Amino acid sequence: MALIELAGLEKSFHNRKTGDTQVLRGIDLAIEEGQTVCVVGESGCGKTTLGKILAGLQGYTGGTYTYRGQEVATLKGKLWKQYRTDVQMIHQNPYESLNPTQMVFDIISAPIKHHRKIRDFAVLYQEVVRLLEMVGLTPVDDFIDKYPVNLSGGQRQRVSIARILCMNPKFIVVDEATSMIDTSLRISLLATLKRIQEELKVAYLYITHDLALGRYFAWGQRLAVMYLGEVIELGPTGDVVEDPHHPYTKAILSAGSIATDNSYDLKGVDIPSFQHIPSGCSLSPRCPEMIPGVCNVVKPPLHTTSPGRCVACHLYAAEGPRTTEGPRSTENLGTTEGQRSTENPRTGQGRNA
Amino acid sequence: MNTNTPHPTNTVPSASTVPSASSVASENAKGAAMDPRPVLLDINKLSIEYRTKRGKLKAVHEASLRIRKGESVAIIGESGCGKTTLATSIVHMLPRNATISGGSIGFFPEGKAEIRLEALPEKEMRAVRWNDIVMMFQASQSSFNPVAKIRTQFLDTFQAHNPEISTDDALNRSRELLELVFLNADAVLNSFPHELSGGMKQRTLIALSLLLDPQLVILDEPTTALDLITQKKILNLLNSLRDSCGFSMMFITHDLGIVTQLADRVVTMYAGVVVENAPTADFFSTPLHPYSQGLLRAIPKLNATFEQLYSIPGSTPDLVDKMDGCLFAPRCAHCHARCLTEIPALRQTDNDRWVACHLYEEVTHGAY
Ligand SMILES: Nc1ncnc2c1ncn2[C@@H]1O[C@H](COP(=O)(O)OP(=O)(O)OP(=O)(O)O)[C@@H](O)[C@H]1O
Ligand SMILES: Nc1ncnc2c1ncn2[C@@H]1O[C@H](COP(=O)(O)OP(=O)(O)OP(=O)(O)O)[C@@H](O)[C@H]1O
Ligand code: SF4
Ligand code: SF4
Ligand SMILES: [Mg+2]
Ligand SMILES: [Mg+2]
Repeated sequence: MALIELAGLEKSFHNRKTGDTQVLRGIDLAIEEGQTVCVVGESGCGKTTLGKILAGLQGYTGGTYTYRGQEVATLKGKLWKQYRTDVQMIHQNPYESLNPTQMVFDIISAPIKHHRKIRDFAVLYQEVVRLLEMVGLTPVDDFIDKYPVNLSGGQRQRVSIARILCMNPKFIVVDEATSMIDTSLRISLLATLKRIQEELKVAYLYITHDLALGRYFAWGQRLAVMYLGEVIELGPTGDVVEDPHHPYTKAILSAGSIATDNSYDLKGVDIPSFQHIPSGCSLSPRCPEMIPGVCNVVKPPLHTTSPGRCVACHLYAAEGPRTTEGPRSTENLGTTEGQRSTENPRTGQGRNA
Repeated sequence: MNTNTPHPTNTVPSASTVPSASSVASENAKGAAMDPRPVLLDINKLSIEYRTKRGKLKAVHEASLRIRKGESVAIIGESGCGKTTLATSIVHMLPRNATISGGSIGFFPEGKAEIRLEALPEKEMRAVRWNDIVMMFQASQSSFNPVAKIRTQFLDTFQAHNPEISTDDALNRSRELLELVFLNADAVLNSFPHELSGGMKQRTLIALSLLLDPQLVILDEPTTALDLITQKKILNLLNSLRDSCGFSMMFITHDLGIVTQLADRVVTMYAGVVVENAPTADFFSTPLHPYSQGLLRAIPKLNATFEQLYSIPGSTPDLVDKMDGCLFAPRCAHCHARCLTEIPALRQTDNDRWVACHLYEEVTHGAY
C-alpha cells in the first residue's frame, strides 16, 4: 500500500462572479514511504494547490486521495489527528506562514511540546538549539528570541524548515522552500533533508522551478511535470532531465540550459488560463510540434513509454501519432523526427512493459 | 533558475591569479570616466544598525555603491547579510528598531538637484517614493493589502500619485502592464491577493512597480516563484523596458542565473559589508573575493555530477560582536595574519571593479 495515492484528483475554486474554476484536472500519483517526487511546472499551474491538498490544508473536490489506504476526506478523530501530524508542508512564502506574534523559540518548541510531549525546559531548549544549528541559524542566541519581523527572508524560510523537522513527519511538501536562501546554504539544507529522508524514511513532494536543484534532490527518484492542472510527464528524474519527451518539458529544460545554440521554444503569444482551457491538448496553442486536426481536437492520454515513465502527448501514441487528412508538412518536425515514426522505439518498449 | 549561469571557475583561484595591475589612472579611483552615464544613486559608507536584546546588530557596515542612469545592479550575498536592509533604507521603510548610524544616500533625479535621502523628512520622501523610486518587497506580501482586490490596489496607487487620471485610463494602463507580464489581466484585477499563485503575485508586483514610470526600481527577489520560461520572458521584458524607458534597477537575488541575464554590475555583500563590486561578465569569469568564489562554486548545474556539489564550510559571523579583521576570515582558505587584525577596505583593482580583501592589496588603486 502506497503512503499516498491520488486517483483523478480534482480541485475547483468557487467564485460568486465567475463560477467554478477547476485548477487540478485529474491527477494520478502514488508516493511510497521514503520516496521523493519532484514537481515542476509553469507559474500558476497548480503546484501549490496540489501540495496544500496533500498536506491536508485544503480539501479536494473530485477524485480520491488515500493516506495509508484511507480516504483522507473521511478521516476523523484520532486518525485525522495522526494524519495531520504525519503530513506537513513547508510553505512557499515564509512571510505568510510564520505566526508574527511568536518568538522563534516558541515557533519551534510548540510543536515539539505538542507532538513529542517533551515538557522539561532544558530538554526542549537543547532540542531547539539543535534544530536551529541544523538549518544554519547561528549564533543560536541571536535568533532564539527574535520575532519573524526581525528575520531576513531566508532566515524565515529556515525557521519554517526547522519547525517542520521537529515534528518527525512521514511526508513533507516542500514548496520552493529554499528560494530565498543563497546557493551555498541551499545545498547544505537540501543535504540535510536528504539525510533525514534516509534516517527516518520521510517522503517528499518537492516543488521547485530550479531544475538543477530538483535533479539533485530527486536523483534516483521521480520527476513530475505539470501543465494547466495536469501531470503531463512523469518518470525517473535522470531520464526525464536527460531525455525529455513532452514538448513542454523540452522547453523548460531548454530555458534552463547553458547552451543557447539549439533552443527549443514554445510559441509564446498565448497566456494559458484555467478559464479558457484549449480543446484537445492543453499545450496545443503554444506547442511547436502541434499536429493540426489532432492535437487541437483530441486530448492526449498518458502514454507509458517505458516502465515507470509516461507522457501525455500524441507524439508518443503506441500506434504513432494520429495523422490528419491532408499531408503534414515536415518542416516543423524538429528534433523529434525519429519519434514521429510508427516504429517508435520508446513506445514499443512501453507496450512490452 | 541557477542553471542559466555560465560556468564559473570551479577552482578557487589562488592569490597568484589576482588580476594584474591595470593601466587605470589611479586618480580615476571612482571610475567616473569608465561609464559615461550620470550617477542616479550614490550610497556612501552607509551603516545601519538594529537594536536587539543582545546589543547593536550591524546589519550594514560602511557600504558604498553607485547606480547610474539606465544601469541594472544586482545585490547578492548570503541569507541575512543585509541586502534587504540596505535596499529598504533607500525608501525609508526600515523597521522601527533600525537606525542609520552613518553615511549618506544621494539621489540625483534628472534635471533636479541632489536629494539626500538619508536626511529627507518623511513628507518629502512620500513624493519621491513611487514617483521616482519604487521598491517591491521580498515575498510580495507586505506590498499587497490582503483584503482589497488587485483592481483597487492598482487604482489607488495610480490615483494617489496622479489624481487627474480617469478610472478608465488607469484601468487600461493597468491591463496593459499586466498583459506585459503574461497575466490574464481581467482575471487578476478581479482577484484578491490570496487567489493568485506565488509567481502570479510576483508578476503583478512587477507590473505595479512600473505603473508610474519611476527612475529607479528596486526589486527584492522578484522572481523566486517563476518557472524558467516565464522568468526568461519577464527578464527580457524588464531589459527592453529599461532600454525604452531608461529607468535604473537595483535587484536582490539568490538566483545567479538571473544576475547574468539582468545585471550590468554585481555587488556582493558578506555580513553587512560590500566585499566585491564588478561588471557582470568579469564577476562570473573571475570572481575575486574568496566569498564570491565560494558562492559561484555552489551553483548546482544540470549536467554536473553530485560530487562536484559544494557549499562554503563554516557559518555566518555574529553581527553583534565588535569586528577586528576580515569577517570572512574564519571561513576563508586564504586567511593570513593580517586578515585577523585589519579590516580590508573596498579598493579598486581594475578599470571598473573593486574588492575588499587583503589578497589584492598590491594590485589595488584608490579606495571606493
Ligand atoms: N484560494 C484560491 N481561490 C481561487 N483561486 C485560487 C486560489 N488559490 C489558487 N488559485 C488559482 O489556482 C491556480 C493555481 O495556483 P497555485 O498556487 O497552485 O499555482 P502554482 O503552480 O503553485 O504557481 P506558482 O509557481 O506561481 O506558485 C492559479 O490560477 C490561482 O489563481
Ligand atoms: N527588525 C529587525 N530587528 C533585528 N534584526 C533584524 C531585523 N531585520 C533584520 N534583522 C537582521 O539583520 C540582518 C540582515 O537582514 P536582511 O533582511 O537585510 O538580510 P538579507 O540579506 O535580505 O537576507 P535574505 O537573503 O535572507 O533575505 C539579519 O541577520 C537579520 O536577522
Ligand atoms: S499532444 Fe500535440 S500539442 Fe500536445 S504536446 Fe504533444 S504534440 Fe504538442
Ligand atoms: S581578507 Fe583575508 S580572510 Fe578576508 S577574504 Fe581576503 S584572504 Fe580571506
Ligand atoms: Mg506555488
Ligand atoms: Mg532579504
